[in-house]
Formats: sequence, structure tokens, C-alpha cells
Amino acid sequence: MTVLDTPAWRPRADAAPLLPDPEPYRLLGTPAAADLDPALLSRLYGQLVRGRRYNRQATALTRQGRLAVYPSSTGQEACEIAAALALRPHDWLFPSYRDTLAVIARGVDPVEALTLLRGDWHTGYDPREHRVAPLSTPLATQLPHAVGLAHAARLSGDPVAALALVGDGGTSEGDFHEALNFAAVWRAPVVFLVQNNGFAISVPLDKQTAAPTLAHKAVGYGMPGRLVDGNDVAAVHQVLTEALERAREGGGPTLVEAVTYRIDAHTNADDATRYREESEVAAWRAHDPVELLERELTGRGLLDDAGRQRAMDEAEAMAADLRERMHEDPPLDPMELFAHVYAEPTPQLREQAAQLRAELAAERQS
Amino acid sequence: MTTATTAADRTAAPARGPATMAQALNRALRDSLAADPAVHVMGEDVGTLGGVFRITDGLTAEFGEDRCTDTPLAEAGILGAAVGMAMYGLRPVVEMQFDAFAYPAFEQLVSHVARMRNRTRGALPLPITVRIPYGGGIGGVEHHSDSSEAYYLHTPGLHVVTPATVEDAYGLLRAAIASDDPVIFLEPKRLYWSKADWSPQEPSDVAPIGRAVVRRPGRTATLITYGPSLPVCLEAAEAAQEEGWDLGVVDLRSLVPFDEETVAAAVRGTGRAVVVHESSSFGGAGAEIAARVTERCFHHLEAPVLRVAGFDIPYPPPMLERHHLPGVDRILDAVGRLQWEEG
Ligand SMILES: Cc1ncc(C[n+]2csc(CCOP(=O)(O)OP(=O)(O)O)c2C)c(N)n1
Ligand SMILES: [Mg+2]
Repeated sequence: MTVLDTPAWRPRADAAPLLPDPEPYRLLGTPAAADLDPALLSRLYGQLVRGRRYNRQATALTRQGRLAVYPSSTGQEACEIAAALALRPHDWLFPSYRDTLAVIARGVDPVEALTLLRGDWHTGYDPREHRVAPLSTPLATQLPHAVGLAHAARLSGDPVAALALVGDGGTSEGDFHEALNFAAVWRAPVVFLVQNNGFAISVPLDKQTAAPTLAHKAVGYGMPGRLVDGNDVAAVHQVLTEALERAREGGGPTLVEAVTYRIDAHTNADDATRYREESEVAAWRAHDPVELLERELTGRGLLDDAGRQRAMDEAEAMAADLRERMHEDPPLDPMELFAHVYAEPTPQLREQAAQLRAELAAERQS
Repeated sequence: MTTATTAADRTAAPARGPATMAQALNRALRDSLAADPAVHVMGEDVGTLGGVFRITDGLTAEFGEDRCTDTPLAEAGILGAAVGMAMYGLRPVVEMQFDAFAYPAFEQLVSHVARMRNRTRGALPLPITVRIPYGGGIGGVEHHSDSSEAYYLHTPGLHVVTPATVEDAYGLLRAAIASDDPVIFLEPKRLYWSKADWSPQEPSDVAPIGRAVVRRPGRTATLITYGPSLPVCLEAAEAAQEEGWDLGVVDLRSLVPFDEETVAAAVRGTGRAVVVHESSSFGGAGAEIAARVTERCFHHLEAPVLRVAGFDIPYPPPMLERHHLPGVDRILDAVGRLQWEEG
């Protein structure tokens, strides 16, 4: 035996098939769009319109003091909606803090999805009920969780996949690297969707990475990378559906980069004019995810003014319901602060709870 | 996510007159960059944006991208790179965007920053300043309000400093950057917009790290505190006058090194002490302080040293945080309990 015969000498995989096509994949407006299922397209359309309205309503709620803060995903609705709709009921979604739309599109109550941002608790829904992990604020930390869950599903023989969402900025974190490496080594049924919206707060992508594209990072881990137009909801949906299917069938993880744009500021509290040009925003406004789909549907005779109005009316009804319910003060029980720290409170916590109970009683008396 | 990006006052600190803590910190960075070419500021959004709290506002414009640098979004990378830069002779000042986002850097901090001097028998000191906005009371959603000082003060090799006034924000940050030891510089974010009449001290007038200060003399009992809790303690001392109590207030300014002399002298004068801080009480800074006060002042104490601190719970959501934060009533309550129990 020579070193040439040892496993370390030879590559473990052929890199070429893992490489992403550097041209973002598109469907809408191309001949291939003719094969798309009209029922799917109209579901995607309804959700896009609803998602856009949700972002607008939630941002308004910050101005009315009903939300502490809201990170809008306006401009990124195609990624959010495609992510939720590509999942099957038994799959899991691991959202990042900007992904409220994906969470509600998966079926979580629109008010419960806002608990974190309203500030009455940290997570407002039961993650197991809809198979949606808590919205993750510490960036990229949810990615290893998705890998672990997917791995557990595979060990249990269940055809379940996990879809983990992360931003372009989040790809710089160590947890991103560790998650992708684990996923590939374990062949875990997990798909990573990077929403590359151009910025991490104020930091543009070229200060974040020197990689040809973020999708190219996949190759280093031994998984395929795919690049997709993040504003083309049909394309994102198709790419994610294929990747999830492959994952469930034991084919291992995929890294998908969706190229999109954060139309609004980082949050309602941010001033984006400090770090980006209005002309860039305008260019992306002209490549709008809702309009791209609308054009396709209209061109194929699948959408008329009445259909458009129907979608808008449904979105409006959702917004009205959201507004109404968010204008009610949420029930608050300060004693709940002690309820979920441990399965059983420590003696010290019991004492502290008694102290607060006494304070609250005294407050009520005075 | 961040909640405060528009809140800070963007104008530079005046030469003299009212200034915010944010402006004083900005001025300290500017003066340090101007005074020493080895000083480099880096972190997430510190360049073009000027930081989410605007503490680094204008620094990239004035000193260039190499002196005030937007880094990739990776806290372990930021601090790890700072270690290498310091090894080469630079004096990095890094910003962690929020308390809870410093945790990815914990490995670098504990395994290297804190012990490089020791590991190398003094050959490689690391003059790194790690600025961390910390504490609650700003209505931040989860992971934006942690008081993480106990992790740091329990790690030998790190200085842990926290200003509570505009003047100290400037002085302590200048001293931290000038220090040849790594300094964890904890900025009480809810005091960023506190204002005072101020003009930058001369470097020679800057108090060295490790000196506590008596903010208010008193004869009934001594409140020992730091950072975001100082204004609360001063308010409590005012309110206590109604009860006929004359409360003294000591501002530690530096948790490591700990100024036992100043604290012990104050407590010996009153025989009663309450330690006040926002972070959880169990295993927190107050435990260390109470133990030291007891060791040093046992024969002068008329009552056990008490602690008023945050509950032993993960930091609450914004709508419930007021129940968690130590307030005037809880402090006065503790002062009222400063008696040896009978029987
Ligand atoms: C570990 C960690 N560091 C810093 C932050 C503060 N922070 C919140 S959002 C953000 C930018 C995120 O950018 P990106 O990953 O591109 O997501 P986007 O905001 O564009 O959706 C930063 C730095 C954080 N939440 N977590
Ligand atoms: Mg981004």
C-alpha cells in the first residue's frame, strides 16, 4: 500500500455535480412555467398577497405601540411563502427572526406568531403543534437544531425533513459552518435556505463573503448548492420541493441560496438611507415577487380583476382580524415568570415567587 | 434584531456642555483612535451605520475603514481576530452588538483572551477592549437585555468595568483602551441617553480602572451598586429621606479589580449594606460583594448584607420586565429588613 491507496489521498466526492449554476434559477416568465400546476400557482398567489398585507399591518402596529419591533420581509415574500408551502405536514420549519410570514403560512395563528415581537412572551405558539421551531433571534443558532431534528427523524425511520432558514449575514457565523458540516457527514434530511437579501442590517454582502455565491459554500461540505431567484415564488417552491424530497429519500442535505432583497429597513427602528442607495431599492421594486407571479397568472388567463380583488379582500380580512385582536391587551400574569424555568422550581425561585406575589397583592391594595 | 437604531442622538459630543453617555463613549473612541495609531475599532455595523446605538458614529468617515471596520457577522471571528491583531501589537476595540450576541465569542474569551498572558508567562499580554451593551429596561425582545457580568467576572484574567455616568463612560473607556490587560467594557444601554454637563477629561485626570466611588455619603446604610442600577439607588436614597433614613451609595465602576477599600470604608461607617444589581442574584456579582463585605466588616455589621437583584429567571419579555428589575420599593424594603433576626 502507498499513500495513494489510503482514503485520505482521494477526494470523497466529485465536486462538479455539487456546484450551483451561477445563474439564479427562474421559472416565471420562462417557457417552463407552462408546466406549472395552476392550482399551486393560485395558492402561492393568495399567500403572497396575504403575506404582503401582513407585513404592512405588522409595521403599522409598531407605530401604534402594539409591537415592540417588526422586522419586515417585504420583498422577500416569495421565499417565505415557498418555504412554508414546500413542506409536508410532518416536516419541520426552523425560522429565523425575520420569518414570521413563513410561520403563519405554515398555519400558526397570525397573532400567536407575533407574541415575541409584541413582548408578552418569547414564543407564542406550541412548536410541536405546527412543527415550527421558535423564531430564532441569535443568528444561525437554529441551524444545528434543524440538523439534529432531521437526524433524529432519520434514526427513527420517519420520512420527515427539516427546512432551516437563515440570512446572508447568518452564513458568516460558526454555527452555519458546523450545521452544514454535520448535515453532510450525517446525510441528514435537512435543507438550508439562505435568503440573500443583500444586507445584514447595514453590512452589504461583499463585506460578508468573498465566495462566488453563497450557494457555492455547499461544495466545501459535500452537498449540492442551488441558486434561485428568490422573488420567483414558483422557482423557489420547486427547488425547495425537490431538495426536501431528496432529503426524505435519504439523498442528504442541500444548500439553497435565494437571491432577493429587503425592501424595507432592517426593522421599523432602522434608517436604511444611511447605508444604501434608493436606486438599488427601485431596481428591486421593479422585480417584485407579487407582480412577477401576477404577470404569469394574467398572461395565462388564470387571474382576472375579480380574482385579484378576491385575493386582496381575503388579505384585508386577515389584516382587519389581526388589527382587531392586536389592539386587545394580551393577558399578562407576572407569576408566569417563575412557571417555566425548570420542571420544578428551585427553593430560591419559590421564595422569589412569594416575594413577587406579595408585592402584587400590596400593589392591588394601594 | 435591534430596537434602538434611531434613538441615539447623532450629533458629536460638544467640547463642553450637556452630553449623553452615547456621545461620551463616541468621543472616547475618537480620542483613543486619534491618540494611538495602534487602536482599531471593529464589529458588526460599526462602520457606515455607526453601530446600532451610534456609539461609533462618524469614526469610519474620520479614520477610514481600516481603523473602524465593519466585520463579517461572526462574534467568535471578531474576537479571535482581535487576539491575532493584539499579538501583532495592535490595540483592538471590538463591539459586540448586544449582550446575548457576545456568547458565540465566549470560547475565544475564556480560552484565549483571559489567559494568554498567563499561558505565555507574560510574553503575550492582550490589550483588547470588548465593548458590550448590556442590561434591560429598554423594552427589548429576548436576547437583547441580558446582564452577563457574572460570566466575565468569574473568568480570571479579565477586567470587568461598567460606567454609570457620562463622565465615567468617557474616562473608563479611555482607561480600558489604554490598559494592557483585556477589559470587558459593559455599557448600560438604558443609560446611553442619560445626559450630564460634561467636558472630556484630560488623560491624566482619568481615574484608573479599579476605583469605586462614593456617589452619596450616608449614615443609615450603604447601597453598593454599579452600571444601570446606580440611578435607581440614588432615587431610592432620595426617597429614603422620607423614612428618616440617610442612605449612602457606592458606585463600583469596576467589578474586577474590586475596590474593597472604598466599599469596606463605606460599610464600616453605616454597619448596614445592600448590594443592588439587575442580573440574577444566584451566583451573581452580589454574592461575591456580600461575601467580601462580610469578611472585611464582620465586626462592624449590624445586620446581614442583603442583595436586591433580578430574579433567577431568563430575562423576561418586555411587557413583564418591570416586575423583574430591582426598583426603589424593593431596595427600601431591603433596607427596612436590615436587622439581625431575633431568636
Ligand atoms: C449571534 C447574533 N449576532 C448579532 C445579532 C444582531 N443582528 C440581528 S439581525 C442582524 C443582521 C442579520 O442579517 P442577515 O443574516 O442577512 O438576515 P436579515 O436581517 O437580512 O434577514 C444582526 C447583526 C444577532 N441577532 N445574533
Ligand atoms: Mg440579509
